[in-house]
Order: sequence, then C-alpha cells, then structure tokens
Amino acid sequence: MSASIQKVGPAIPIQCHAWSSDRQTIAVSHNDKLVELYKQQPGGSWNQTDILDQHDLRVNDIDWAPNTNRIVTCSADRNAYVWVQGADGKWKHTLVLLRINRAATCVRWSPQENKFAVGSGARIISICYLDEEKDWWVAKHIRKPLRSTITTVDWHPNNILLAAGCTDFKVRVFSTYIKEIEPKPSATEWGAKMPFANLMAEFSNSPTGGGWIHAVAFNEEGTRLAWVGHDSSIAVADAPSGMVMMKLKTNLLPFLSLLWIGPNRLLAAGHDCVPVLFHVDSAGKVSQGPKLEEGGNVVEATAAASAKNMFKNKDRLGQELVDSRLGTTHQNQINSMRILEGNKVEARRVSTTAGDGALVIWNLASGALAGKLAALKI
Amino acid sequence: QIYKMAKNTNSTAFRRIDVDKYSEDNYKEDVDNETVTAGPSENEVMSLISQNKQLDALKYVLANSPLGNKNQAVRDAALTLALRVMLSFKTSQIEEAVKQLDYEQRDILMKYIYRGFEVPNEGSSAQLLVWHDKVFNHSGVGSIVRVLTDKKKV
Repeated sequence: MSASIQKVGPAIPIQCHAWSSDRQTIAVSHNDKLVELYKQQPGGSWNQTDILDQHDLRVNDIDWAPNTNRIVTCSADRNAYVWVQGADGKWKHTLVLLRINRAATCVRWSPQENKFAVGSGARIISICYLDEEKDWWVAKHIRKPLRSTITTVDWHPNNILLAAGCTDFKVRVFSTYIKEIEPKPSATEWGAKMPFANLMAEFSNSPTGGGWIHAVAFNEEGTRLAWVGHDSSIAVADAPSGMVMMKLKTNLLPFLSLLWIGPNRLLAAGHDCVPVLFHVDSAGKVSQGPKLEEGGNVVEATAAASAKNMFKNKDRLGQELVDSRLGTTHQNQINSMRILEGNKVEARRVSTTAGDGALVIWNLASGALAGKLAALKI
Repeated sequence: QIYKMAKNTNSTAFRRIDVDKYSEDNYKEDVDNETVTAGPSENEVMSLISQNKQLDALKYVLANSPLGNKNQAVRDAALTLALRVMLSFKTSQIEEAVKQLDYEQRDILMKYIYRGFEVPNEGSSAQLLVWHDKVFNHSGVGSIVRVLTDKKKV
C-alpha cells in the first residue's frame, strides 16, 4: 500500500510534526500547547513516550535537528524553547528570548544546526545562535523590509542564506551571517555581499496574482527556490539564470506545504488533502504532474441505502446520500509535510499531517507511485 | 454631592476615531506604478457583436480588461461590456467559446462572471451560471480561488 495511515494520538488536527534522526520517534502538536513524542513499536502502533509541556499557548512549529538531536519549538506565546535529551532520556528545556511581541509562526534549524530561524507575526525573523560563554541563546532580528507576518522559512545549504515567505505576498532571501560563530561565506548565485540581514533577493506573488505565501523550499544545491501561494499557484525562482521566476497557476485548491523530492521534482500538498507532483524543467518552467492518489467524494452506501434513510437525509441535508467523506486518505487539509526517508535529491518516503489528526506515510518508491513518478519524465 | 467629571468625558466623539489611522505600523499596500489599460471601447464591442463575431468580442474585452485600474468607473464600464458580450452568446455556443480561450483569459472571465452575479438582471444569472459551469470544467477551483485572492480586480 503506497499510503499508510498512522495513528499518533487523538483525531484532533495536527499543527506540525518533526522526525528524530533515526525516524523512530515523531514529535507532534495537536493544536495545543503540548508537544508529544510518539515512538514506533514493533507491530506498527505508536506509543507516547514524552510530553514536552512548557509553552503557554498553541505550538505553531517544531523542528528536530538530526545531528545534535535538539528539538526547537515555537509558539503563539512569543517564545521558543530548545529541548535537549539528557542521559536519562528526559528532555530538558531552555527558554530562548526571541524579543518579539507577537506569535512565533515557524521555526527551522540551519543545516549545521548552530542556528535556527523563527518567523513571527511581529514582522521579524529572529535568528538565534548559542553564545558559548554564557550558555544562552541570543536572538538577532531581521526587520527590513518585512511588512507583515512571516509564515514559512527555509535554509540554503550554505548555512547563511534564509528564504522567508510572508503575508505581504512576497518571498525574500536574506543573509543570516553571524560573524561571532561562523567564517565569512563565499559568494553564491544569490549574491556576493552577505552582511547580516542583507536582502539578497525578493520575489513578489502579487503582480501576477496574490495570495499569502504558505511554504518556501530551496532545492538541494540552493540554486532554486520554490514556493506556493494562496492563489493556487506554485512558482520556482532560478538564481543562476538571473533570478528568473516561473509561476504556474493550478486548477486545484491552494497548497500549504512543499518539498523538493528530486532535482527537478516538487511535491506540494494542501487544501486538496492529497500531495501533488510537479516537474521543473531545465528552463525553470513548472508543470503539474499526477496526484499521489485519486480522490473524489465517497458516497457512504452502508446505512444510508435504505429508502427511509434516503428521505431522512433529503429532509435533513437536502440530498439523498451522505457524501461528506473524501476519497483521499486524508480527510482534511494537509498542513505539514516532511521527508521521512531519503533527501531532496531522492526522497523515498514522505510523511504528511493534516487537520484530520492523521499521520500518513507515502511510499514514493513503491509500485503505483513509482510508476507515476517515472511517467513524469517530460 | 455632585461629582464633576472631567469635561472631556461628556463627549463620545472619541468612539468614532479611526484608530488605525494613528498606528504607525500599518501595512500599506504596494503602490503599483504599472500603467493599466483604459478598458475596451464600446463601439468596437458593439460592432463585433452585430457582425455575429461573439468570440472575437469576448477575446477583445478580455484582452482589454482594465485589471487593477483604480478608477472604478472604468472598471464598471468594462464590466457592462463584458456582460453584454457574455449574454449575447447562444447557450449552445458557450462551451465552444470557452474551449478557445487560454488559461489567463479564463481566469479573467471567471472574475467577470462573479462580478456579473453581483448585478443580476432579467435572467442574466442563468446564462452566467452556464458560463461558470463551462469555465469551471476547464479551470477548476483554482480560477475561483484567484477571483478571491488576485490583487488586480476587474
């Protein structure tokens, strides 16, 4: 089976999820202030091993650093916590003062895991690094020219550049170079001068449309930046070719999350409750591929089939048969997607969490899906 | 004893201040300095319709739609023309016409359809519903989402 549904806790919408480096434990937040860790048992079920309870308001994002095994969480309570697992297995938290006066919306560890970036509704991105002497996380702010809430961030492989999507309909690439902790970076396709908070590139979603940016993603080499917006579009900017941006307006509902699963392949998922494949050709043009599964409404034929029920439904709902169950595995919008197995060059398994509280694992290398991916060679 | 309240609490004018005007943090929309079209010419449209070239008239109003034009009168005039063109089609011709459009034109057309729903008259909505159905079959919910999110309104 290419899509397998996993039960991690109650059927309450999952806001975000992150995997441990061995992929045996998952951290999820069910739309509340708690972060729950579930470990996979032999036999396939998931047991709750820990609850990280320190935030006062809803946890908006979680990220788990694979090498240093640190978890960072950020919340609507304007705080972020870094969690470190002790020798006894218990998780110890450290408060990070972000110095923002609005909710923190998204957080990501940098590739070398010595920094993390937090987006917020205060129109500030906080870049946090560990001050070794004082053993304290220091936050530096990127403000200009952000004009509204930052919804999503993604790191360039060089550990310096950061892409941020915002509700002012723009995608921007900033430098987060912190001279105290890292050597001066060499030039990339995005520019040569990289002082802290320098705006390297800015792309607007609005002349050709509009809509908040929901997710941004750098490809493996960091030469291309892809994003999805609320105007049901997906776009890719190619730095080497002079920051050329190619946008595709789709026929589907807007996407909320995005992953590179190959050098020319993107996977996007959102309000249609199923991940959709996209292909990017050498010129940067985006074309739509197949959905990972076919949907369509499923008519519940069991109880409703009797004549009495049909009339009852017609009276109560205005239609004879109850068709509110979706034909896709997820029953609600997918808001978080992670590579479970593989990397941005070749992703073999991908996990999604959604508003239906379900975790679904998609096996991209298995029969049916592999066929669809292979057919996507344009 | 009669307590004399401070004089300024007698007036309730403070309730009518627009607080947002005084906030310095307000989000200001990008000022778009692009030149926008002035809208389709009525003569051109009427002449195309009278020559039974409805599809050309449709392509003409879509190509010359004053998207994002700040002058409401210009956009309203263009809407009236667009509706006249759409209603001049025979119901059976609509599907073929929609097939001849590209995806950008269909997005603009969907915006006009929804604007047309806002000003119904004499059975216009019935015809617009047919238009809506045919455009939807090609452009899906995405075109409807863009009616809501696009910055440049018709």
